[in-house]
Amino acid sequence: MPLLAVNNLRTSFHTRSGVYRAVDGVSFSVERGETLGIVGESGSGKSVTCYSLMGLVPQPPGRIEGGTAVFDGIDLLHCPPAQCRDLRGKRIAMIFQDPMTSLNPYLRVSEQLIEPLLIHEKISRRDALARGLAMLEAVGINDAPKRLHQYPHEFSGGMRQRVMIAMALITRPELLIADEPTTALDVTVQAQILELIGKFQREFGMAVIFITHDLGVVSGLCDRVLVMYAGRIVESTTTRALFHEPRHPYTRALQRSIPSLQPKGAELYTIPGMPPDLSKPHPGCAFAPRCEFAAEQCHGTDPRLVDLAPGHATACLRVQAGELTA
Amino acid sequence: MPDPILQLQDVRTHFPVEHGFLFKRHLGTVKAVDGVTLSVLPGEVLGLVGESGCGKSTLARTIMQLLPATGGSVILEGRNLTRGSAAEIQAVRRDLQMVFQDPFASLNPRMTVYATLAEPLLVHRVCPPAAVRARVAELMETVGLAPRYMRKYPHEFSGGQRQRIAIARALALNPKFIIADEPVSALDVSIQAQILNLLASLVRRMHLSMVFIAHDLSVVKHISDRVAVMYLGKIVELGPAADVIERPRHPYTRALVSAIPVPDPDIERRRQRIVLAGDPPSPLNPPAGCAFHPRCLFAQEKCKAAVPPLVPAGPGREAACVRLDEI
Repeated sequence: MPLLAVNNLRTSFHTRSGVYRAVDGVSFSVERGETLGIVGESGSGKSVTCYSLMGLVPQPPGRIEGGTAVFDGIDLLHCPPAQCRDLRGKRIAMIFQDPMTSLNPYLRVSEQLIEPLLIHEKISRRDALARGLAMLEAVGINDAPKRLHQYPHEFSGGMRQRVMIAMALITRPELLIADEPTTALDVTVQAQILELIGKFQREFGMAVIFITHDLGVVSGLCDRVLVMYAGRIVESTTTRALFHEPRHPYTRALQRSIPSLQPKGAELYTIPGMPPDLSKPHPGCAFAPRCEFAAEQCHGTDPRLVDLAPGHATACLRVQAGELTA
Repeated sequence: MPDPILQLQDVRTHFPVEHGFLFKRHLGTVKAVDGVTLSVLPGEVLGLVGESGCGKSTLARTIMQLLPATGGSVILEGRNLTRGSAAEIQAVRRDLQMVFQDPFASLNPRMTVYATLAEPLLVHRVCPPAAVRARVAELMETVGLAPRYMRKYPHEFSGGQRQRIAIARALALNPKFIIADEPVSALDVSIQAQILNLLASLVRRMHLSMVFIAHDLSVVKHISDRVAVMYLGKIVELGPAADVIERPRHPYTRALVSAIPVPDPDIERRRQRIVLAGDPPSPLNPPAGCAFHPRCLFAQEKCKAAVPPLVPAGPGREAACVRLDEI
């Protein structure tokens, strides 16, 4: 049984200008110890998917319209709030993109770091602080005894992200959701943080959902990858297959627009047009208006995510019909 | 070899750090840019890379004369900008324009596209008022925007479109030189490709010279002819873009290149990665000698002795490391 099974999750935002279907029927599962990457551009619904699981979607305007998300036998979307609170921050933890806005600037790092322990475990403050200190050392913060009692503004961006990781992992969660944790950081610091997440994953055997828009980050870290577009999963496959035999036209277009995969100075492939307006219902495939292979049926029929090979699913009618080969 | 269009000679931009209001105590100096010597040829794209805080944006602003240089000179086509009067610099601005990182912050939300693009034309009186409208339409077409959007406001456009407006504004006065400060960092991959293609074609078509700042080495390699790597206010390596990034010589460049994840799982998982320890040191209190030595894998005693100068390191290449031939 998978650790987390999400089935047909639908989340929308009801605003004055219409209903935005941010996540529109997303199903996936995460096994214990596995790293699942979710890639997609801004507005593809990758963050909202994970926010829905953690109960972090502001309601209103957000509304979880349907679906289930079963974590170890408990449906995260329908369980009583108290049960949800028991899981959150203990068995499921999350780290965010911007460590400046996700740490409380008024509280010392020590307070924030041990908060999950004080809430979830019967532990004295003194013991909690000792564990906090050990955790700070484990994430590679020098001079941890002094650093423990400082404020977030006294840390650099990379250090703050380490504090966030320490805070998320202090309860030894079974699932870590990382929402673009390295996007705001320099490449050198990004390499440190990725190394750190990998290290803890090996030690604790936790599963990781890693949200990113950087295909490079995915290639080193993830076992499987979901590609999202306009609130849906368009391709779901192993990392290796994603890079060597991408099937969905959107995945292929994304790869052709990355400079490092193209010869120097060559014109980069650009996807024409813009992502669709999610407040307007679109018949057929959401990518069809921008797709170079779109045929008539693409504008009329909703493509379903269908397995082409074991573990490789694509939501493209023409790929499924065998009309497009790599 | 043609004469360079832009020459930087030992440019320094230092900021005093003071404490107190009436009785100021001098606490030190942040040497954001500390002795940069560079030149850019006509039609050339020079990439400038480095971690945050290394001084690349300060250097861009110093070239633009948005920040006063505390030493050295910035020479554009024989005109020394650091000693120019306000009027002279105003005149130079026609030839020297800038595109900023965040198109959400760099456009005035209360000005329509027309107003944004017409302002430089009117201020510099480059075309008669009757011709402004036609020129604005032409500019919009140059950057791939339909002129019918002329009366719209920035919030009605997407990030990529806004960056196109910012580029059109920079092109309005037919500049010879453009400084692009992380113009694609805030954009999605597919939009990034559009803006990179646009900038590359403008450079070719209008014979522009450009300083292109980014922290993404693959982007810099793609668009630049030469690349300069900065660390703590100094240039540590300089040379043809593909050479420097494929065969880096300076230990810092090696670490920087090695830190980029390769979008190919087979290669990515096999390769040896150099993970630098720690953060860049504070520019308020830089380490003695080579500023990189505390994080360098190859550091020795002699690295702490003196600041290494840029020395030739292959055809058209320079690097600032005393152990260049040993490693």
